[in-house]
Amino acid sequence: MILETVLVSAPDWAVRHAAVLIVVVPMLLAPLLALSPSNRLAWVLTIAGTAAAFWFSLILLAIIQEVPGSAISYALGNWPPPIGIEFRIDALNAMILVLITGMGMLASIFAWPTLAAEFRGERLNLFLCAFLLCFAGLAGVAATGDAFNLFVFLEVSSLATYVLVAMGAGKDRRALPAAFDYLIMGTLGASFYVIGVGLIYAATGTLNMADIAAQLPALSGNRSVQAGLAFIIVGLGLKAAMWPLHQWLPNAYAFAPGFVAMFLSATATKVALYALIRWLFTIFQPELAFEAALLKWVLAPLAMAAMLICSVQAIFQSDVRRMLAYSSVAQVGYILLGISVGTAAGVSAGLLHLFNHSLMKGALFMAVAGICLAYQARTIRDFAGLGRSAPFTMAAFGIAGLSLIGVPLTAGFISKMQLGYALLDQGWWWAVAVLVFASFLAVFYIGRILQAVFFEPPLNPRKNNKEAPLLLLIPLWILALANIFYGIDASFPAGLAADGAAAALALGAPQ
Amino acid sequence: MWDIILERGSYWAIIGVMMIGLYIAFSAENLIKRLVGLSMFQTTICLFYVQLSNVANATAPILLPDDMPKGAYGAERVADLAHAYSNPLPHVLMLTAIVVGVATLSLGLALIVRINEAYATIEADEIRASDVEVQLAEDADAARTGGEVVI
Repeated sequence: MILETVLVSAPDWAVRHAAVLIVVVPMLLAPLLALSPSNRLAWVLTIAGTAAAFWFSLILLAIIQEVPGSAISYALGNWPPPIGIEFRIDALNAMILVLITGMGMLASIFAWPTLAAEFRGERLNLFLCAFLLCFAGLAGVAATGDAFNLFVFLEVSSLATYVLVAMGAGKDRRALPAAFDYLIMGTLGASFYVIGVGLIYAATGTLNMADIAAQLPALSGNRSVQAGLAFIIVGLGLKAAMWPLHQWLPNAYAFAPGFVAMFLSATATKVALYALIRWLFTIFQPELAFEAALLKWVLAPLAMAAMLICSVQAIFQSDVRRMLAYSSVAQVGYILLGISVGTAAGVSAGLLHLFNHSLMKGALFMAVAGICLAYQARTIRDFAGLGRSAPFTMAAFGIAGLSLIGVPLTAGFISKMQLGYALLDQGWWWAVAVLVFASFLAVFYIGRILQAVFFEPPLNPRKNNKEAPLLLLIPLWILALANIFYGIDASFPAGLAADGAAAALALGAPQ
Repeated sequence: MWDIILERGSYWAIIGVMMIGLYIAFSAENLIKRLVGLSMFQTTICLFYVQLSNVANATAPILLPDDMPKGAYGAERVADLAHAYSNPLPHVLMLTAIVVGVATLSLGLALIVRINEAYATIEADEIRASDVEVQLAEDADAARTGGEVVI
């Protein structure tokens, strides 16, 4: 209903070019921000850029939903694909685009109070410029239909991300080695991806994703193609923080500025997971024997290892943000487990959890950023008694935390239940056992914080009650209420995820 | 057996250098050396792509005088060309990859400058050691100001 209104009210040029404008507008705004004379103007422009991208993503979603199973193909420079670069939007990337741009918009709104305090107003416009470049790169990864173009956008966003993480050095110098490690690991991941694309290009002679998908059935059993897929999975797995390749993530999230940690946790790994789904299901077919073996014997065990090991590691962290970071790796495991089932139900459950995890981790990191700002709190002990000093901030934190555990009536419950059903359909009862046990571990690590926040007296009794700034509370409560709303009426995200999974699997069907 | 290996000699050389670069990027303690390893790794990817584009008995993809378009631009077809050329597309892709590599390298060096300012060293083990010291000092500080240390 809202979507139809957006489509009807949108001007003709926006409808025709939305697929490319969603990337071009933030990317062209970024250098303007670097020239901006005032920090406040730069911040307003950032919100305008991300809001415009969000609007374009809603237009795209509305166009896609008008005709089920349709796709928008936008030929860049009017060179028809597969010769030219194509932006291809179907139900899968329309969902991812709405998610990224929506989270980007909420993140840019609360950027001002946190950044103004953390940097004392120095060169904020350059920081926001890097943020918009990262945002544009992520949107580009989600929008493009060209395998090599995806690498370029991945590197645009990654290079900007290294800068953003390193900016945490103003508060804690450990952000610098964290950013450097991330740079080495991230570049290796992207390089592995390029090697994989090269091997597949050698076999198929094309870089257009749809064209590769059409060529592959004739090449089944080709070693070069199989090696290419292996390289691509390792490369994208590094970017998505797949379990043994996640070493860069905890430090990067723990020492980055609060705003960056929130934006990255909600979007960056999600986009890499999207690319993984695209390669595994749209370009390659899960019916291929070697891919079925890969899903069941490589991805599923790694996903379960992530869920168990990183949940246990999260329990033993004293730094709140580092704990949330380990929990993020565990949640990536849930999403990968859904993907590794390989059925429409499994991919749909994985996508739904991807969406919901974005909502809950976004809210959690946002609340922590607000507390860092108001109380300089970092460890769990610093959080003691905050439930009384900052009730609004911590209530939203509590809601998102319960959603992370998967308590009924929250979004996390719905996606974990769908995941469980998808696993039982395949008879993977052992995976369901791991799922339940990992959720049980989440009760411990979230419970530790919630207990400190709501049931323990503050360490040093505080004289004044201080909430996070209003500009942070508004997006925080939007996310927290979304966690409850989508836990009661999940039809919108579940519909998106089901359409997305159908689009991912259908395009790969032999023509 | 030897034929198969020797026929792909250039690939073996590329993979060899690639693995050396990967090993340096992972194992070196000096941050500059890690960046050098990373650059080697990225450069060999360019070599790999250029090797892929190679066509037997073909020259570089730059038109020779007798292949220059005579009529309307773009009227030439592959069949009309007097010489065989390598595939130009991978070369173009690698131009982009080189630009990405330069950006990564310069950002990495800039980070090393900042790390050197903050830690007065660019050895990864010394950085780790000083981070552990800071962490222990913080924990001791927290323990002194009251409240039990949680795990």
